[in-house]
Amino acid sequence: MSGYSTDKKEFDKELNLSNLRPYGDTLNDGRVQTSFTLPVNNCEKSTEAAKLLANKMGLSDVVVAQVKPLDDDFTFYVLYGTFKDSIDYKSIESVAIENHAMSMKETDEFVKENIGRKIVVVGASTGTDAHTVGIDAIMNMKGYAGHYGLERYDMIETHNMGAQVANIDFVRYAVDCKADVLLVSQTVTQKDVHIQNLTQLVEMVEAEGIREKVLLICGGARISHRLAKELGYDAGFGSGKFADDVATYIADEMSDRKNIRRNSI
Amino acid sequence: MDSKLNIDRSLIKACRKSAKKISQKIQKYIDVHSTIAVERTVCRFFGVDGVDEYDVPLPNIVVEALTENELLENGAADFFARAILHTELTPQEIAQQISKYQFEFKELPQFTSKEKSELLKKQTSSSLNKIQIRKSQRDTYLNDFGDKNGPFLYVIVATGDIREDVTQAVAAAKQGADVIAVIRTTGQSLLDYVPYGETHEGFGGTYATQENFKIMRSALDEVGKELGRYIRLCNYCSGLCMPEIAVMGAFERLDMMLNDALYGILFRNINMKRTLIDQYFSRVINAYAGVIINTGEDNYLTTSDAYDEAHTVLASQFINEQFALNAGLKENQMGLGHAFEMEPSLKNSFVYELAQAQMIREIFPNAPLKYMPPTKHKTGDVFMANVQDALFNMITAVTGQKVHLLGMLTEAIHTPFMSDRALSIENARYIFTAMEDLGEEISFKKDGIMAKRADEVLTKANNLLHEIEAKGLFDSLSEGVFAEIKRGENEGRGLDGVFKKSKYYVNPFIEQMRKELEEE
Repeated sequence: MSGYSTDKKEFDKELNLSNLRPYGDTLNDGRVQTSFTLPVNNCEKSTEAAKLLANKMGLSDVVVAQVKPLDDDFTFYVLYGTFKDSIDYKSIESVAIENHAMSMKETDEFVKENIGRKIVVVGASTGTDAHTVGIDAIMNMKGYAGHYGLERYDMIETHNMGAQVANIDFVRYAVDCKADVLLVSQTVTQKDVHIQNLTQLVEMVEAEGIREKVLLICGGARISHRLAKELGYDAGFGSGKFADDVATYIADEMSDRKNIRRNSI
Repeated sequence: MDSKLNIDRSLIKACRKSAKKISQKIQKYIDVHSTIAVERTVCRFFGVDGVDEYDVPLPNIVVEALTENELLENGAADFFARAILHTELTPQEIAQQISKYQFEFKELPQFTSKEKSELLKKQTSSSLNKIQIRKSQRDTYLNDFGDKNGPFLYVIVATGDIREDVTQAVAAAKQGADVIAVIRTTGQSLLDYVPYGETHEGFGGTYATQENFKIMRSALDEVGKELGRYIRLCNYCSGLCMPEIAVMGAFERLDMMLNDALYGILFRNINMKRTLIDQYFSRVINAYAGVIINTGEDNYLTTSDAYDEAHTVLASQFINEQFALNAGLKENQMGLGHAFEMEPSLKNSFVYELAQAQMIREIFPNAPLKYMPPTKHKTGDVFMANVQDALFNMITAVTGQKVHLLGMLTEAIHTPFMSDRALSIENARYIFTAMEDLGEEISFKKDGIMAKRADEVLTKANNLLHEIEAKGLFDSLSEGVFAEIKRGENEGRGLDGVFKKSKYYVNPFIEQMRKELEEE
């Protein structure tokens, strides 16, 4: 079957946010791409199986664009299809951190005015995770992708403990240097090892009795703000977020908390 | 080979001279010290293996007992010589007695050095013979099948379960992979023992155990016979058990080992004395077993900026080369490492990467250079990642890197799927075929961007090496010369496992291997 269709298809010409669907080249056409491997050999039957699976995913008009045997009993498929269903965009409650990142200079000035002292940030990649790439991207002087790291901020005092730091050592160090912010990075997420580790950290911070005194933030390619909130963190930063996003959040949040405390006195 | 970049030969010479002095100073320290990992390795050479009822490896039990009984400073070999002469038991039986607290250390008599050295000589030659048999098996395979010209396609498997790893590795071999590296579970490098037996649970990788080595080796031999190619197996000789992993790899015919002199210090915060002593024995073993080592300079560039810090990679390669020579490694066993990690938005980044790769190729003409793919600037955009990997593949096609670790389009998302690996192999094979002789056809502008860049990097590397030479390696590392990471001489993990050799200390395995390597 050819992927090109000369059939005239009637799609709703209006963008209806109550019925949001994927976009291929025509509004509301619902075209998507997916790929997967099946643990069976390459034959007509297994190609049919791939199609049926795509149907079960909610795709119709499925085109198997590519079939590639990976081994005697493994075959890879790339498919295109039409997604029939839709979602109500307006009903989604967003939990994203909605702030416009300030520049380094703006953050420094904001902290000087509203906090009046340096903010102490302790960061680490904790647990068995050996990757420093995440914590370095946020904290190192050079930063990442043109966004300077927290070390370069005048009004932030940073302590980067590196990788494979035990949660207990991390918490003790944070207590010793009177940290305002605990920044924890998780890169390895296989079998959800990061969830266990992040949960353990929250428990330790609570056990030390400092949970209310600090901002607890986690980050990593597979971490979302929603996940962070669920685990008991104040905020989470995933891929596409940089040091300025983190610094802006910290500055805003610390200033808000300070004001709340002042008002309650 | 004429230099395409007009590299100043006198600068290369100066760098080598400096690196040699740096390493010789450290070698003097290494020669009079040993570590618990080195002595556990000696136990393994004697054939001590297995675990007790609490899964503690017998080599660890023996070395701990020797420490308690103040026998370690003469070396585990001295103890075994005496214990065997006294009990007439095998080393394994002696180790089992120790683990059950049945061995009477106080009743252990002294023997003449003649008696001991005769026994050790026999033991050494039978242990080393085991490695020689493995080595000749490799040679036979390579003779029968022939070896690959051009770059080795190197892929990783990392499922955590050795049986699943086998499935993935076999498929990759059929798709065209030449080297399979089994990534270790995160955290293994910090264990001061080597886990035992077949394992099915790991995070981001699979435990390196002798049994797992054996399982993968036999699977790759099997598929290799089917394909008429020798598939190389790679693992990690790093962390707190460098020499132990080396001897286990030698016994199971691994072909490549990640084995850097400085990596553990910088990236695992292992004490520098411990690592430098351990790396020496591990490299002697790798040299003897015909293993190609891979060094880890690519890691500098995931931490620091690849454009600004390129000279630190080169300086470290010179140092790694000298430590490798000290251990008896031949040039064709030195997989000196570097990486394609420049910021994609940098203007002419490809031109600078090409200059770096060509420069390293010319400076280390006989080394099977290890080239690492882009990882730091992969974002999860699989389509862009495929383009980044294509550029990376072109560099190897043009400059003849040898151990080519394939980039994955799903880097930054998950450990590779079987299909990710297949797509990556397809990408590389296309480019290597399409550009096979392109490198031969190209010459570079005499005073162009590339020649200037190579000169700049080499000059800076030379300056850095002179600085390190003046300060000494220990002090330089504590000032953060590599990857901007500072490590104190007496800080980090594993320092308590370092000890000074007594004047009666023996390690007959090092001595014999060094002797044979020099005679080659």
